[in-house]
Parts: sequence; structure tokens; C-alpha cells
Amino acid sequence: MSTAVRPSSARGSFLHRLGRDMKKNWKLYLIFLPVLAYFLIFKYGPMAGLMISFQDFKAAKGIMGSKWVGTKHFINFFNDPYLPRLIKNTLTIALSTLVFSFPSAIILALLINELRSNGLKRSVQTISYIPHFISTVVVCGIIRDLVSRTGGVTMILHTVFGMPVNNLLYEPGYFVPIYIVSDIWSNIGWNSIVYLSALTAIDQELYEAAKVDGANKWHQMIHITIPCLVPTIVIMFILKVGKMFDVGYEKIMLLYTPLTYETADVINTYVYRRGFAENVNFSYSTAVGFFNSVVCFLLVYVTNKITSRMGGNSLW
Amino acid sequence: MTQEKKQAKHIQIPLGERIFYVADDLLMIFLCVLILVPLIHVVAGSFSDGMAYMTHTGLLLWPLKPTFEAYQSVIANQNIWTGYGNTLFLVVVGTSLNMLASLIAAYVLSRRDYMLKKLLNLMVVFSMYFSGGMIPFFLVVKGVGLYKSIWALIVPNLINVFNLVIVRTAMLGIPDSLEESAQLDGAGHFTILFRIITPLILPSVSVVALYYAVAHWNSWFNSMLFIKDRKKYPLQLILREILILSDTDEDFTMSETIQFATIVVATIPILCVYPFIQRYFVKGVMVGAVKG
Repeated sequence: MSTAVRPSSARGSFLHRLGRDMKKNWKLYLIFLPVLAYFLIFKYGPMAGLMISFQDFKAAKGIMGSKWVGTKHFINFFNDPYLPRLIKNTLTIALSTLVFSFPSAIILALLINELRSNGLKRSVQTISYIPHFISTVVVCGIIRDLVSRTGGVTMILHTVFGMPVNNLLYEPGYFVPIYIVSDIWSNIGWNSIVYLSALTAIDQELYEAAKVDGANKWHQMIHITIPCLVPTIVIMFILKVGKMFDVGYEKIMLLYTPLTYETADVINTYVYRRGFAENVNFSYSTAVGFFNSVVCFLLVYVTNKITSRMGGNSLW
Repeated sequence: MTQEKKQAKHIQIPLGERIFYVADDLLMIFLCVLILVPLIHVVAGSFSDGMAYMTHTGLLLWPLKPTFEAYQSVIANQNIWTGYGNTLFLVVVGTSLNMLASLIAAYVLSRRDYMLKKLLNLMVVFSMYFSGGMIPFFLVVKGVGLYKSIWALIVPNLINVFNLVIVRTAMLGIPDSLEESAQLDGAGHFTILFRIITPLILPSVSVVALYYAVAHWNSWFNSMLFIKDRKKYPLQLILREILILSDTDEDFTMSETIQFATIVVATIPILCVYPFIQRYFVKGVMVGAVKG
């Protein structure tokens, strides 16, 4: 009996307190109202819209009128002949980014930090940030020219390594390298900024003390510089892992052709094609996107758990 | 005297380290060359003669038969200028609204003494890690009547949660006493936010504004989904026709030199602003990314 009463009375007092709080801070809540509306409509609205993945959604009938089909689309997705290819490509591109692009910025920051000439330091920084300001569409336009039959990169590969002269964008084997190299070109400088700032924040006395103890450059790097960078690296890593499955699909869409789907088609590009381009099915496409969102979320959650247990560096 | 000092310094550096320093210098110069060569190629190509470029192979470091022909046809292309106009509108109006919304949201989320603080913060942060995905987003935008309107590129992306967190973190770093004394003087929320807090966190605010502006400038995917009238196309969508679709779609075929000239025309404004903002973002990125 008493257990049945207690929650309701606690709830009553909660509402009571909330009412008092609302009265006291009504201005604050009022200015937040448009923001709340924005989040509910444009962030949580689409989440609610995920339910069309359990329907045979027809635009004319709307969400209310469309037929519910349970997990049909998910089962179809797990039996989709393209599924292994999509997973393989998404993982390949995501992991290649983690293995090559991610450390490249850290290495660049360390190397810039060791430059003795301030002029050179500033020039390298200025030049390496430039590509970040060139739009994805333009970058892809440049790539298309460089790896075309007569392009600069094709010619260099031909003369130096004797590769056959072909448009490299039509060759599945070249897609991931092209994607990764251009990704590094675009972002290496920009991504190094964070690490450079962290490096300048290191107490110089640590180095002086180490020198007195006879530590050489290499020892200083291993025992001072790297440990001081670790918190920044961990946070950037978590952020990166969270976006991992979102692999730059906008860029992929500008670079791939049906000839390279074999290595270039990832989950998100497939979501787009099944939603808007070929064999269109909103419900099926939403189910595939839903799967992707859940995997992304779990990845961030698990990474964050692991890193916070390891060293106490976490986002939350 | 100074000569001696220099020599003494020189001797102290072990050979291994000296080799490292020289290698480091060379490596960094090489990297700069690698970064610049594609850009030089584009600029050189844009001033080249169309026929001469067609028969040429490999990288260009200097124009072939220099000419302004390509630029003449780019300047005559009306689409590029309407695209420019639309993008300018997106960058100016869009970024202003982004900042207004983000500042207000960050202000409320960084207050201390109200009950729903935790819930609202959770609501905001959760949406950074989980999303409804492409199709439901499209349906919501269509559902609220923004389909085919340029506002579809502004309103649905009003707040980027990552940017919001940067601003909120900066606000949390301001001592409470400042706001309390303002409150005692009878200042309202907007006065506190725009007159006291915003000036104090200007570096973070400008970095976030830069992020929003660059995002508007770069965006093409949402425009492709939502904008159907070519008069409303932002610049990037026009560029996509000229640079990407021209390779595969005969409707858009365009000579390479004109493509290069288009790239130059479409990229110059950003690169001109760049030296002025560089100092700002280098300071500000740290504020956001490390603590964010």
C-alpha cells in the first residue's frame, strides 16, 4: 500500500518544485523555447521518423496511413547481397583514415614543433592550412584532373613505377589510396593545430630538467612530449571514432562511379542511392541508416568507456 | 664574442640531432611543395590555351600559351554569379542566425540554478551522437514546408551541437561573480549575454562563426537534396556541374582550362580572407577542441 502511495507523492512534489522553478526562471525558459523547438523538430523529429523503417512507407499515405511491416526491411538488409561489400568498404575506409590520416596530423605537429627557424615554422603552418579552405567539390574536381588519363599523378606513377596509363578513378584498386591521400592533403595542417597548441602549452622547465639529467632529444620526445599530448590525442580519437562510420560520403559521392562501387560504395552512399537515386525505397533506406546510426552510437559509447577506464580522459 | 658563443652552441648539439634538424627542415619544405603543386597546376592551367592543354600530359608549373580566354568564358557564365549571390546570402544570413541561436542556447545551458539543466544538456548532447539519418531528416524538412526553399539550407542546420558545446564550455569558464553583479544592477538575460559574456569569449565566438561560415560555403549535399530551381543553386552546386558532372554527363561538358578558371574564381575569395582570420582560429581552435 505505502509503496503505491510514495511514488505519486514524490511525483507530486517534483511537479510542485518544477512549477516553482518555472515561475522563478520563466524568462530563462522562455528564451530557450525556440531552441527547444528547433531540437525537437529537426533533431528529435528525424529520430521519431526512424519508425518508417518498420513500415512500407508511402509518401501519399504519410506515417499514420502506411502499413506496418515489422522488421522486414532489417531482415532484407541483412540478406542484401551488397551488405558484405558495404561493411567491408566502410570499415576499410574508416580504418585507413584512423591509421593514416589521424596520426599524420600528430606527426606534422611534432615536426613543426621541432623546427628551429620561426620563419619556416610560420610558413609551414600557413601553407598547410590552405587546403582546408578549399571546398570538397573543388578538391574532387582537382583530383579528377590529376588522376585522369593525362593527369599529373597518373603520369608520375607511369614514369616512376611504370604503372599503365589509365584514368585511376575508374580502377577499383586505386579508390581508397586516392581518398586517403587527398584526405591527408586537405586536413593534415588543420588537424595539427590542436596538437600544436597542446605542444606549446608544455612547461619548458620539464625539458630543461630532462637535459640536466642527460636526456637526449629522443628521450625527451618519448618521456615528455608524447605523454603531454596523450590527453589531446585521446579526445580527438574519441571524436574521430564517433564519426568513423560516417566516412566522408559526400566526398565519395563526388569521386565514385559504378565502376568503382566495388571498393567505394559505403553504407551512407548506399543509403543515399536507395533513398533518392536507384530502386528508391524510403523505408529500406531508413532501415539501413538506422543500422548505421546505432553502430556509430555504440562505437562512441564503447570507446568512451574504454578510454575513461584506461586513463580518465573522456568526453563525459 | 658572439661568434664564439655560436660555435660553442654548435658543438654542444650532437651529430644525430643536427642531422635530425636538417632532415626536419627538408621534410617540411618538401611537404609544402607537395601541398602547393596541385594548386599551382590549377592556376597555371587556368591561364593556359584550351587546345594546348588538351594535348599536354602531366603537371603544369607555368601556363601553356598564356591567355585569359578561360576567364572570359567563366565571367560570362551567369550561373556562377547567381551561385555566388546565393552562397553569399547563405554565409551572411545563415551564419548570423547560427550564431544567434548558438549563443542563446549556450547561455541557457551554461546557467547554474535551474532544475531542467541536466535534462536539457542531455537532450542536446545526445543529438550529437545519435541521429535519425538522411531520409527521416529529408521528410521532416519537407514536412515543415521548407522543400525547394533556400531556407532549407539554414533553418534545419541552425545549431551544430559540436559548435554549441565549444561556446558553452567557453561560457562556463567565466566567473559567476561578473554576472551576479550585473543581475543585481537589474540587467536582463539578453544584456548579460550580449553585453557581458559575448565580448569576454570573443575568440571562441569568432572560431565558431568561422566554422559555421566555412560549412555554409562548402555545403552542396543538402542543396542537392532540397534545391530544385537552378536560380537558387548555391555556388558549390554549380561547381559540381562544371567540375564533376562534366566528366560523365554530356549536358555539362566543359573544357579543362575553363574548369580550372572556375576553381580559381570560386576559391580566391576564401583565400583572400584567410590571412586575416588565421591568427584568430589558431588561438581559438584550442579553446574548443581541447576542452570541448
